[in-house]
Amino acid sequence: MAMAENNGSGRRKSPLLPPVLVTILKTVGSVIVTMLGLTFVTFVIGRVMPIDPVLSIVGEQASKSTYDEAYAALGLDKPIIVQFFYYIWDVLHGDFGVSLLNARPVAEDIRRVFPATLELATIGTFLGVVLGVPLGVIAAVKRGTWIDQVARVVALVGYSMPIFWLGLMGLLIFYGILGWVGGPGRLGIFYEDIVPTVTGMILLDSMLAGEWDVFWNATTHIVLPASILGYYSMAYISRMTRSFMLEQLSAEYITTARVKGLPERTVIWRHAFGNIKVQLITVIALSYANLLEGAVLTETIFSWPGIGQYITTALLSADMNAVLGGTVVVGLIFVLLNIFSDLLYRFFDPRATK
Amino acid sequence: MKPFKNIMTAVVMGFAVGMTAMPALAETPANMLVIANRIDDITTLDPAESFEFAGSDVSRNIYGKLVNFDPLNLAAGYQPDLAESWTVSEDGKTITFTMREGVKFASGNPVRAEDAAFSLRRAVALNKTPSFILTQFGFTPENVNDTIKVSGNTVSITTDKRYATSFVLNCLTATIGGIVDEVEVMKHEADGDMGNAWLKTNTAGSGAYTLVSWKPNDSVTLKSNPNFYLGEPAMKKVIVRHVQESSTQRLMLERGDIDVARNLNPDDVAGITGKDGVAIDSALRGRLMYISVNQKHPILSKPEVRQAIKYLVDYEGMQNSFLKGQYTIHQNFLPATYLGAVDENPFSLNIAKAKELLASAGVGPFEIEVGVREAQERIEIAQSLQNTFAQAGITLKITVGTAKQILSRYRARELDMYMGAWGPDYPDPHTNAGTFAYNPDNSDEAHATGLLAWRNAWDTDGLTDQVAAAVVEGDRDVRAKMYADIQAEFREKAPFAVLYQKIEQTGRAENVHNLNLGGAITAVSYWPVTK
Repeated sequence: MAMAENNGSGRRKSPLLPPVLVTILKTVGSVIVTMLGLTFVTFVIGRVMPIDPVLSIVGEQASKSTYDEAYAALGLDKPIIVQFFYYIWDVLHGDFGVSLLNARPVAEDIRRVFPATLELATIGTFLGVVLGVPLGVIAAVKRGTWIDQVARVVALVGYSMPIFWLGLMGLLIFYGILGWVGGPGRLGIFYEDIVPTVTGMILLDSMLAGEWDVFWNATTHIVLPASILGYYSMAYISRMTRSFMLEQLSAEYITTARVKGLPERTVIWRHAFGNIKVQLITVIALSYANLLEGAVLTETIFSWPGIGQYITTALLSADMNAVLGGTVVVGLIFVLLNIFSDLLYRFFDPRATK
Repeated sequence: MKPFKNIMTAVVMGFAVGMTAMPALAETPANMLVIANRIDDITTLDPAESFEFAGSDVSRNIYGKLVNFDPLNLAAGYQPDLAESWTVSEDGKTITFTMREGVKFASGNPVRAEDAAFSLRRAVALNKTPSFILTQFGFTPENVNDTIKVSGNTVSITTDKRYATSFVLNCLTATIGGIVDEVEVMKHEADGDMGNAWLKTNTAGSGAYTLVSWKPNDSVTLKSNPNFYLGEPAMKKVIVRHVQESSTQRLMLERGDIDVARNLNPDDVAGITGKDGVAIDSALRGRLMYISVNQKHPILSKPEVRQAIKYLVDYEGMQNSFLKGQYTIHQNFLPATYLGAVDENPFSLNIAKAKELLASAGVGPFEIEVGVREAQERIEIAQSLQNTFAQAGITLKITVGTAKQILSRYRARELDMYMGAWGPDYPDPHTNAGTFAYNPDNSDEAHATGLLAWRNAWDTDGLTDQVAAAVVEGDRDVRAKMYADIQAEFREKAPFAVLYQKIEQTGRAENVHNLNLGGAITAVSYWPVTK
């Protein structure tokens, strides 16, 4: 990825600094520039949108004096660049402002909704990887056979089926008819507010508190939405794995390995798969980031109070503080995942550090 | 293929067995009410600021008021609540309320006349969105200490001129009339905000319930108030869960995980009707669907054209198709169940009559733009209008936009025609009369954007004076008759065609009794509910 090239050129230009320091400085610099750019663009879009945030707060029946008071309280009477610098200054102090809609600090809201999404996306991605990678590898190895065809159909369904439809059908069958899973929401009503919030992720918090009833109830609630997201993620990961594997399997070194009499399992898993790990990391990281960004429709159908639903509701209600706060957090996650996949990249591919 | 066949057979059999062996329905506890509703519109719980539907539902169950509606007899109008009686001065400007003795807030503090005065003064001083409901009586932050006074166990309010007593009292039943615990609230005052920041997310009332938690876009949990003067309610806990999707609400109701589903669409209502253990309630709400035409438009300002448009709406067709069960035909600006409401609906689709009226106005085919916000039912109504208008030679160009986009053009008097909804702000006929049929200054400079008549550049053809007279009429029956007369004229003359009134269909577990959603005039009441 780009980071590897930067590292190389950085080393040439700054011989006085140790390469590790150069890498760190460059990474930090790129994070700052990316985040500033993202914040600025979102901020400007928020200000030029044909939506009046004041009206959202005061309603259309409000008197002019009420309107003016709210207008000034939001700082909208100042030039946009001044507003932006005020905002950045606050963000640097951990203050994303107060949600225009629910009067709570945005940071507090994000602390509440983000763990819900993190929990869901992590399990979803885990399922996607555990099922998608072997499926992709097998489909590539058994190319053209019925296994490959089944894998293709499974992936195609995952790609093309609207996720809200899958969600609704899943709820109807597994919750409505069979009663195998818990309903919408993160917990049943009787289990609410039992476990103290530590991480905000109920599965983890209930384990920490030793509340196994709560853990089990939360599991019955998360299993369906996570499976649906996992299916979606699996469809993507399995197709990408298959295509990476096909490329490797047709390479000459694989033929050589086979000719040398290596067992097929070693050829596939050690040699071919070993060489697609780096590409897979990027794919998985992107898929994870997509789910972390918030699977709005899944969250809506399952009444899952996550960040996707939060940002969408905020956007539709012109709650720009919440939109900005959410966007900054999502942007930061993208950047961090990018850095993380770069680090893994270096770990798996020594060439990247050279 | 044999193994595949076996697997498929097993799957189908398993599915069939699963279907027939449906697990027994769960049931919520006997002293707990669980509701699925869309609560993402709650922005604050401070009664001086709250102005949304879901927020009003919470407020109504937490705050007592001087006067209030009895949920089991809404038709009786306002009744004593925290004030056990009141008298009106001879000049009709001062109403003196005597407070009910022995009532306590949830905090244990007594409910005093001082609390009532503080709450009303506070609502005026804070000048939040709904403050106009009180300031329309002449209260200002500067004069509240003189106009809202305490004497012993009484609190008196003095308006700037004589108004119908029913008007003032109806306004005090609105959310903004909620009486807060002054001692508790002022403990949490910050920067002179009279406890506003604290009350946004906390409560300090004397009503049937107190707030346990409000998690935005997630849930509101209430617990019963043992100090409630009418006795602690049977439902010790009320949980309102945010469930956006109608089909999800339906599933939860069928599974017995909730007692009430507040937002069922017609398909889900049809699907659930007749199922064991579930009942469907239909209640009229205050929201009206209407169209209006801009009187700045040279053609649309002709009286015959205004009339013709009212004959170009397929009222029945829409009511019986995509609006089925959700809206009922209503052609008057006061929603049914309001004081002065009438039920005459003289217009129906009549293309020939409309053509005749257009011809008599000397109008040939023409094109107009209608602004509609991007909501499915509104777009469908606009499409139906497009079809029927075309039959009389009027080309309707539909502009769909966000609520804010369309509304800002409507408020700027830029749209030829508007298709939208209006919900009353408080439970008195003046709330709608004062916007549909009242416009004292029709000039552009007046910027009376809050008045629908002004937005359509309509000078009301003399109805403004009649509305002004009705709002000061002391006799409740005479006042009701005045509104009936105003509406009769309005139907014929106005550039508005009121089309429908909202019906809310609620799915309810059959064992839940006495759940009143508040009709068109107020919000839901949980305290009479039993199981």
